[in-house]
Amino acid sequence: MDFSFSDDQIMFQEAVRDLLANECPPEVVREAWENDTGRTDGLWGALAEMGVVGMTAPESAGGLGMDETDLVLLLEEAGRAALPEPLLEHTAVGIPTLAEAGGAIAEAWLEQAVAGEATLGAGADGGYAVGAATSDLVLLIGDEIRAVPVAGASLVEHQSVDWSRRLFEVDGDEVVLDADPGLAFDRAAGAASAQCVGVAQHLLDATVEYVAQRYQFGKPVGSYQAVKHHLANAALKIEFARPAARHAAWCIAAGDPDRSRDVSLAKVLASEAVDLAARTALQCHGAIGYTFEYDLHLWMKRGWALSAAWGDAAWHRNRIAAALGI
Amino acid sequence: MDLSFTPAEEEFRDEARTWLAENVPAEPLASMDTPDGFEEHRAWEHILFDAGWAVVSWPERFGGREASLVEWLIFEEEYWASGAPGRVSSNGVSLLAPTVFDFGTSEQQDRFLRPMARGDEIWAQGWSEPDAGSDLAGIKTKAQRDGEHFVIEGQKTWCSRGAFADWFFCLVRTDPDSERHAGLSYLLVPADTEGLEARAIGRLDGEPGFAELFFDGARVHERYLLGGEGEGWAVAMATTGSERGLNLRAPGRFMAAADRLVDLYKELADSRGPDLDRRDQVVSAWMGSQAYRWQTYATEARLRGGAPIGSEASFMKVLWSELDVELHATALRLLGRDGERADSSWMDGYVFALSGPIYAGTNEIQRNIISERVLGLPRR
Repeated sequence: MDFSFSDDQIMFQEAVRDLLANECPPEVVREAWENDTGRTDGLWGALAEMGVVGMTAPESAGGLGMDETDLVLLLEEAGRAALPEPLLEHTAVGIPTLAEAGGAIAEAWLEQAVAGEATLGAGADGGYAVGAATSDLVLLIGDEIRAVPVAGASLVEHQSVDWSRRLFEVDGDEVVLDADPGLAFDRAAGAASAQCVGVAQHLLDATVEYVAQRYQFGKPVGSYQAVKHHLANAALKIEFARPAARHAAWCIAAGDPDRSRDVSLAKVLASEAVDLAARTALQCHGAIGYTFEYDLHLWMKRGWALSAAWGDAAWHRNRIAAALGI
Repeated sequence: MDLSFTPAEEEFRDEARTWLAENVPAEPLASMDTPDGFEEHRAWEHILFDAGWAVVSWPERFGGREASLVEWLIFEEEYWASGAPGRVSSNGVSLLAPTVFDFGTSEQQDRFLRPMARGDEIWAQGWSEPDAGSDLAGIKTKAQRDGEHFVIEGQKTWCSRGAFADWFFCLVRTDPDSERHAGLSYLLVPADTEGLEARAIGRLDGEPGFAELFFDGARVHERYLLGGEGEGWAVAMATTGSERGLNLRAPGRFMAAADRLVDLYKELADSRGPDLDRRDQVVSAWMGSQAYRWQTYATEARLRGGAPIGSEASFMKVLWSELDVELHATALRLLGRDGERADSSWMDGYVFALSGPIYAGTNEIQRNIISERVLGLPRR
């Protein structure tokens, strides 16, 4: 039993954190909210250059041969920065699933995807694929995994509350992949959990900073116990969701027999953590947090979206109940 | 990161499980908060100690087996899953011993640790006073120096099993002119000291598990001073939530309760049919125990990397104490009209669980600590 991350893993996390701190400030996220694609200008390329985009592919396919335990810290960082790029769909789900499937479809797409030249999308079958219009190949995950090339597919767009998340129903010529749909779904739900943790952490950090400098009645509002205890409760939820999300990543990487149950554990805890963090952040900011100009809502809405995506808390609670035999 | 257990850890788990299966009493012991039950639990501590299971993470010379922190957590998982009795020595082992390891002289370590671990000397905590609960620094009990002795005057209260204990670990004011955190000392006091009277108080469950301690000129030799004179506050605080025991309540205790709750739901669903609302409450409580488990293993890695547990122990205190209430309250709701019956272990557990958010620093104090010392919010 060793829950520590290696120095390399921590360094990779710090490098991505630095990149996102510099290149993905709220203005950049806002641009993605307003532009045609929902994506940023250049960040995906920068992540590809660092090796992040294709890190989950085997080295033989040009990747870094890394797994979910390497990726989980980066997903937390992506959440923290509200990164509007397909790290979940492409890197956490698409690449390992294509590599697992092998054959002609991997031959056709994997190396390009690893290099960041082709983008993989993913969605729950019957649900939405985020960013399908800017993807080249979309994996629809249900009882089986259907791969649909976007060129020639029909896309129906829906608006998300998070404007950077362009939601699409996808229909088109498909290939059924020889890969485990349960594993692919768990990869997505596990990655969403890690992102929820990162979003929640940012919401907490930003609120702690705000209440320390906002004065009412002659002292910082953060000195009032009512406010402190709101924030302590949000911190508690995050403190216990984070290890569960990291444990879920390990379960996926290690092929643990309780993988699905424990991914569900992570998703429930992370969804609840980000929901509470968003609610708390808004309440502790007061009216300023309720404005569109203030940046807080970028994270709140990402949190709401990720909390609902890839199985919400109720869905995953049901799956845990089934695993427990109740 | 490797979250599987090593072959050595699995072997340790098997050994603990096998021993417990063969040795845990078939019938539950009487409540440890009654005089007879206290002695039954003491006898169980002897059995545990003599087999090497009382204090697995301690050095061998004090009766431990130098188990790693992970192994201690494994032992706790197996211990509570086996249905073994509560640990009557836990206040000494979990709350005092870390302080003895860190601040005790080698004479004090040799004198106190083995008898504590074997249950030959069972310890009770003498910190709270009638006017010093959450505000612990408001302690008034005085211990005036008289040559090699301290003479204690004052009153302690809410002292768990204080009417039966052999020794008390007390925070007292050795500098009569001091205030608040200064001038306090950490004194070890034998229960049979002349001038010390322990009176039992009935707890919420009606059992005499609490005591008030009245000190009227009780003389204690300076060799029972733990840490420096006047440094009691720092000594007491330095080891709250110590790595040696990690804390008072390991996840295994709650994982076992969660598993029993799942079994209770199954049993009742067999006769009454499913009830999705209550089922979701069971799942939530089970998730709480798992969340605590993984957070604890993550904390273990952090400590092994050299970080102090520090104020983050407050996260654990709030989590386990509120989880314990949730687990038992959920069980009572499952039981429906039988929930009020006093002869169920769930009602006993519920009443006990309700003390969790109060003792060892109320959860309001813990939330203050989280917000001020972990999050860095302004104190005033």
